[in-house]
Amino acid sequence: MSAIGRLLWVVLSAATALFLLAPLLVVVPLSFSSASFLEFPPPSLSLRWYEALWQSPFWRQAGLNTLIIGAASTAIASALGTSAAIGLWLAPLPGRRAIFGLILSPMIVPVIITAVALTFAFAPLGLAASHWGLILAHAALGAPFVVVTVLATLSGFDRALLRAASACGAGPITTFRRVLLPLILPGVVSGAVFAFATSLDETVVVLFLGGPEQRTLPRQMFAGLKDTIELTILAAATVLIAASTVLLVAARLLAARSARLASAAPR
Amino acid sequence: MIGRGRVKLEAALLLAPLLLYIATGFVAPIAAMLWRGVSDTEVPRAFPRTLAALADWDGRNPPGDEVFAALADELVAARAAGTLNAAAGRLNSDTPGLRTVVFATARRLARHVEGSPRAAILAADPAWGEVETWGALRRAGATPTDTHLLAALDLRRSADGTITAVPEEQRLFRAVALRTVWIGYLVTLLCLVLGYPLAAALVFVPRRLFGLLMFAVLLPFWTSLIVRTAAWMVLLAREGIINQAFLTLGLVVEPVQMLFTRTAVLVAMVHILLPFMVLPLYAVMRQIPRAQLRAAASLGAGPVAQLVRVWLPQTLPGVGAGALMVFIQAIGFYVTPALIGGGADQLLPFFIGFYATQTVNWGLAAALSILLLVGTLLILALFGRFLGLAQLRAA
Repeated sequence: MSAIGRLLWVVLSAATALFLLAPLLVVVPLSFSSASFLEFPPPSLSLRWYEALWQSPFWRQAGLNTLIIGAASTAIASALGTSAAIGLWLAPLPGRRAIFGLILSPMIVPVIITAVALTFAFAPLGLAASHWGLILAHAALGAPFVVVTVLATLSGFDRALLRAASACGAGPITTFRRVLLPLILPGVVSGAVFAFATSLDETVVVLFLGGPEQRTLPRQMFAGLKDTIELTILAAATVLIAASTVLLVAARLLAARSARLASAAPR
Repeated sequence: MIGRGRVKLEAALLLAPLLLYIATGFVAPIAAMLWRGVSDTEVPRAFPRTLAALADWDGRNPPGDEVFAALADELVAARAAGTLNAAAGRLNSDTPGLRTVVFATARRLARHVEGSPRAAILAADPAWGEVETWGALRRAGATPTDTHLLAALDLRRSADGTITAVPEEQRLFRAVALRTVWIGYLVTLLCLVLGYPLAAALVFVPRRLFGLLMFAVLLPFWTSLIVRTAAWMVLLAREGIINQAFLTLGLVVEPVQMLFTRTAVLVAMVHILLPFMVLPLYAVMRQIPRAQLRAAASLGAGPVAQLVRVWLPQTLPGVGAGALMVFIQAIGFYVTPALIGGGADQLLPFFIGFYATQTVNWGLAAALSILLLVGTLLILALFGRFLGLAQLRAA
């Protein structure tokens, strides 16, 4: 490549990387500002906005709701998703493409349609403006991620181990608990991480389906941003960025473990 | 050895819970909502006999006495039963002003009926002498109906059944659909222009820089959409960071309005969707053997020929996959345009939410949803097959 082309490439890539990081690099320091306005760089550092966040009953409830809804929907998505992935891997079933389409549909349907449709369907069942309604909705949105990651891990699993367990007299449940699950656990956990991140990120369904009692962090942020931008919102945003970073690192580590498992297994 | 049939049964049993869950908790609610886009319930509930009597009306002259008689009975009955409100609202969303007509007529008839039902109704409101009023009533009572779908395309059926465009000043949705596709296209193009060099940089960058560059792609990818939208609001606000910098540098004398503009929406959407372009591109580029470039060079290909004839064609599956993922997500964006855009920057999803909650016009919200979902699935089917979505799994 010519020198000018190479220079242009380096500059453009660096600028794009900066464009990707800059907004987050601005939010984090601002959340530690001692000022009440968006003064950048902050005049001095303080934890006042984190204190405000912690002391506000609204934000605390939002944080709690986010954790409850995230944890419960992740549990449902992981259980159903892992089971389905094992089913898909175990035997070729007729209509595999259609089954896949059905499982992946929550990823494909624009989320506004999901939000409006679930609000309409859940209201007569008493599930609108309830924690359970949101948990069920988020479980459906997270389950496809679990299926995809567990299925990827299973592709590196040696089927002979199942026959070996069976030959040793293990029943299906023992085989699952003692042989299959321990080996595919990195995939299951990383699917769960994806499902939890999906719930943590989800704003639109919460806006339409949730009531005032179901305020989550994204919903509370949305409401705040429609008003004036208070720095409390940025403290909440930083908490969410920290959570995302933890999830990102966890997902990378788990992916590395799954890859090791896959490469160790004989084909 | 376990029998093959038993394994299949086990597989089916393991799959069943999730399939049932998605079918009942996700697909069925969506189907029920979309069904509203081609059906109507409010008016048939309030005026069943009137609609039956209207079935063989010619649509050119006001209908016969038996229709007026049925309407007179049912207006009074619906008012007493509490079904009139929903029906009047539905008629009003078809023809503005009909709510008042329906309520006023029902109120008059409930007090006293003088002479024939026809005379009484016409005395209560002369609008019942016009065919368009009856046309609206008949339109709102049919199932399946194309009323909402036509409305979502700025079309309507007049009383005699012909399809015409709505008056210029009432048109809205064609512009919204065009804007949605246009913004989706611009965002996709910008993501490609910015993402392609970055993805290539990820492949060729020295090892110690790779981690940092990958972090720059993955951290925003994992960060909540609402957080990234908030970050752009902080940057672009009137008293925001960019305006502060401009003022300090003396580039402007007073703050520039950046928030609530089309540019702001584009910048934020490109930022949010860029990782969806970079990651599939990187996955494809990583698999191209570097030796091919050296081989091309040794055969006399210059830098441009190496790029255009060896590198570029092999990255096209990544370009297609990235563009597909960015575009179908862009046309479904709700939160970011709602917070960062002005009134003229709202996409189709905003109007779905608006008609579902603000004006409670479920038929129209559902028809717009059908439009968005069919569009998304068509693009996915056409290009997904063409690309071979299997390649996406690599990402």
